Amino acid sequence: MKFGVVIFPGSNCDHDMIHVLRNIMHQEVVELWHKDTDLQGCDMIILPGGFSYGDYLRSGAIARFSPIMEHVIRFSEKGGYVFGVCNGFQILCEAGMLPGALLHNDHHKFNCKNVFIKAENNTTLITSGVDTSKALKIPVAHGEGRYFADAEVLAQMNANGQILFRYCNENGAVDAASNPNGALENIAGVCNAGKNVFGMMPHPERAADAVLGNEDGRLLFESILAMVKA
Amino acid sequence: MKFTADINIMPLKALLDPQGKAVSGSMSNIGLPQISNVRIGKHITLELEAATEEEAKGMVDTACRKLLANMIMESFEFTVAKA
Repeated sequence: MKFGVVIFPGSNCDHDMIHVLRNIMHQEVVELWHKDTDLQGCDMIILPGGFSYGDYLRSGAIARFSPIMEHVIRFSEKGGYVFGVCNGFQILCEAGMLPGALLHNDHHKFNCKNVFIKAENNTTLITSGVDTSKALKIPVAHGEGRYFADAEVLAQMNANGQILFRYCNENGAVDAASNPNGALENIAGVCNAGKNVFGMMPHPERAADAVLGNEDGRLLFESILAMVKA
Repeated sequence: MKFTADINIMPLKALLDPQGKAVSGSMSNIGLPQISNVRIGKHITLELEAATEEEAKGMVDTACRKLLANMIMESFEFTVAKA
């Protein structure tokens, strides 16, 4: 598979993502600058974490209008796969490619820790190889991760199977104590109605290399490769 | 003609504003426990060129809806005046 990792001014998880895709998953990866207009025939475009444009105005609000985004939107409208992590998720929400928005954490502190998340189902590209009864340990690092969508949108998303992950405890129980940011219904990741655009606050690319002592995030990349190659 | 706009952007009333909540809490520290429900938004000023005030208002409205505010989480109001 060919992956394109978009680098915005202020992206800082781009090289973690490139390392995992290239050196751990052994896939072709190209770096795309936010002013590029050619997606170079990639099968999946990844918007990495970071602080694009210094999080000015709102996280992701300015990056959403970077020149490449027009092409990423067009690519997704034709069914192309797009995956945003952390700031990438915020950018996708700001662009209207994913429903909802990411608000300031309810406690107003920056979250930087390991959390547990549970896949809601294993019918999506990102979660196809994930055991839905098992909690995955994945780190988060964000100040604005409180997922919000209005009641009508949320009901539709639940009905359409658009919730990818919910924060849970070590044993997989989705409870208030495991919610690191006040996200509605413990939502940690979602996809669009077309199931080709994905976003999540936790960082699977930070939990995919054996030397880091946690490979739970690797399951997501393995899921993508298994589904696309199948 | 040159116009100026004053824009207020506020978090939607239904949403928790953690910044406002923290500031509310510190009011008692300065001896003003009577103050509550602080909510914090943004104030944006800008200049623009437009033929009429109506056109200027239209441009500011578009700027707010497309970029300056996120209608999922915020509301906005503005005034436009000749510079």
